[in-house]
Amino acid sequence: AMDTDLSSQDRKDLDKFIKFFALKTVQVIVQARLGEKICTRSSSSPTGSDWFNLAIKDIPEVTHEAKKALAGQLPAVGRSMCVEISLKTSEGDSMELEIWCLEMNEKCDKEIKVSYTVYNRLSLLLKSLLAITRVTPAYRLSRKQGHEYVILYRIYFGEVQLSGLGEGFQTVRVGTVGTPVGTITLSCAYRINLAFMSTRQFERTPPIMGIIIDHFVDRPYPSSSPMHPCNYRAGEDNGAVYPSVEDSQEVCTTSFSTSPPSQCVFTVTKAHFQPPAPMVTDTLKVPVMGLAVSHQLSSSRLSYQPAALGVGSADMGYPVLFAGGLNAAHPHQLIGPGKEGGVPPIPSQPAHGTQADQERMCTPLDGVHYSAATPSSSEDTETVSNSSEGKSGSPHDLLETIFIRKVGAFVNKPINQVTMANLDIPFAMFAPKNVELEDNDPMVNPPDSPETESPLQGSLHSEGSSGSSTGNTHDDFVMIDFKPAFSKDDILPMDLGTFYREFQNPPQLSSLSIDIGAQSMAEDL
Amino acid sequence: GPAAPCPPPAAPAMNCRAEVLEVSVEGRQVEEAVLAVLHTVLLHRSTGKFHYKKEGTYSIGTVGTQDVDCDFIDFAYVRVSSEELDRALRKAVGEFKDALRGSGSDGMGQISLEFYQKKKSRWPFSDECIPWELWTIKVNVVNLANEQERQICREKVGEKLCEKIINIVEVMNRHEYLPKMPTQSEVDNVFDTSLKDVQPYLYKISYQITDSLGTSVTTTMRRLIKDTLAL
Repeated sequence: AMDTDLSSQDRKDLDKFIKFFALKTVQVIVQARLGEKICTRSSSSPTGSDWFNLAIKDIPEVTHEAKKALAGQLPAVGRSMCVEISLKTSEGDSMELEIWCLEMNEKCDKEIKVSYTVYNRLSLLLKSLLAITRVTPAYRLSRKQGHEYVILYRIYFGEVQLSGLGEGFQTVRVGTVGTPVGTITLSCAYRINLAFMSTRQFERTPPIMGIIIDHFVDRPYPSSSPMHPCNYRAGEDNGAVYPSVEDSQEVCTTSFSTSPPSQCVFTVTKAHFQPPAPMVTDTLKVPVMGLAVSHQLSSSRLSYQPAALGVGSADMGYPVLFAGGLNAAHPHQLIGPGKEGGVPPIPSQPAHGTQADQERMCTPLDGVHYSAATPSSSEDTETVSNSSEGKSGSPHDLLETIFIRKVGAFVNKPINQVTMANLDIPFAMFAPKNVELEDNDPMVNPPDSPETESPLQGSLHSEGSSGSSTGNTHDDFVMIDFKPAFSKDDILPMDLGTFYREFQNPPQLSSLSIDIGAQSMAEDL
Repeated sequence: GPAAPCPPPAAPAMNCRAEVLEVSVEGRQVEEAVLAVLHTVLLHRSTGKFHYKKEGTYSIGTVGTQDVDCDFIDFAYVRVSSEELDRALRKAVGEFKDALRGSGSDGMGQISLEFYQKKKSRWPFSDECIPWELWTIKVNVVNLANEQERQICREKVGEKLCEKIINIVEVMNRHEYLPKMPTQSEVDNVFDTSLKDVQPYLYKISYQITDSLGTSVTTTMRRLIKDTLAL
């Protein structure tokens, strides 16, 4: 009789593959919504640190958030990992755009080879994810973010909640991989209609959590950045205490090693691997707050002073996307968030070691704290911030000013968006106006992948031959009787295609009025 | 010198998977649209470089990726980070575009990407090329009258390409036949090992232009990647 039970080794390998697949999935999705072009290098020699033989960077804070959401668990039947992508305007209005779901169903493929076929198919699935993340509507929105809106992410684990996507959302399947313990499926549900939400709705909306930011920037001036714990939340949840993320299950290290090529067997060694500790997971909208980054932009960009905290608005504390600082000499070198408490500096090259038996994972320690980031005046010579009106401390002004300072390198000022702040309609900022929209930041080259577990080495096998529950009820959207934000002609609802066209105004390029800030940015490019 | 080429792909063999995609584009969009499709397919059909070790095992290099923005289409796609591969594709697509623009063409043509395996034969017989997957992109070039139409075309073609990417991913996800992972001595019968940073499955690109009379003029392109096991 055939032994269809998974060997213990295979089971451990499979769990590990799924775990890292989940983490890489989150990285791909979040990076695809940063608003920048992503570029990683191929390397003919196995470095031993690239999971699934793909060069996918690991933004530490994103890994941190993902691990926090997973809390040591793996996607399983009924327990899905979801990455929610939403848009938030400078007015504070927000809208869910997409939910990416990594799910497991019960259909098992007992025959499939874990260490080989499953691994390669997971690699293929990640490639598909790379491709699909560029073709949903939110991609184009995210490439244009920064000036009037930002794109945010939130990771949660548990039941899939699609009700925030509005009516008629569409689904695209990225792919599936059968395993002996179930079939992994990866899909995306995305909004196609812009619906309108009442202002009152927004007041009750919990703060948006993960922020898409480019982490490759220098740290702000310490004295001006009050830090907040990752689970800080204003508003009704102030008293909640979230279990801090315990990384003790993983080996935490700041050094990297690669398995030497002498590893012949296609397995993952697990000297330090421990089975995940069972943890209670809050399956509801756990705000994974906290990427309110206090980082300031490097000197080549606009920088800003984080506001003093405690500005009561529940919407405060959202770091805005800002583009990364670049290291011109080594485009792939990480400019670490670095001196942030607990975040280890990440070397640009993985150290080659001989620790074949070590399973290593570099993760930021718990001490990664962020705070609200709001610009006041820019230290840079960028002209925009000087014209900003939003320097005062009132929450409303601060909200407005958040979006002032993100500016592409060569984009002309002035920016004038404060005027829209007085309109009460949601998404008022998107109403047609005479404002020059600014383009996104220039391309950023992410650093090399920092991490690593021992790589999986291929052994010679022939290639083997080889689904979402609704979540909590969400408050109904209310159509408000006013001129819709996105429509010139009172035609409702406007679809995203039209929405894009509203934002297609090409930026004015500033030619040579390059100040020092932009100049060093140009050098970086 | 160049290898004796395998015969040009005719009809796909019975066990060769065939997919057809159609796009209608402006002349200036041909290259970007075709490259987007070809790169998306090759993203899924390329691995890292194999490094064989003793005992018949091997390790696999790392494939990097990068975003490509189209200039004439509101569209972006991901390609494998390999300048060699990109150059090879651009060369093929450039020739296709030139042929499409040629005097004999009425703006219709198709370009094919075929993945094949080599089956060695004994002298004096030449190696067989056995296709296992064939992607055909049918291109229809349209002429637009004014700038407004062009702008709409930018967006529409972008949307269409999004659909194509989704279609390609669907096919890839079926996990249908792929060549067996080869031993070291067989690797060049399955993969193109001539690139320094990535390793696509052996492929060839060819195209046909429909001339104004509606007849197909077949042009088989030279093999774009050196055949390392040429006779």
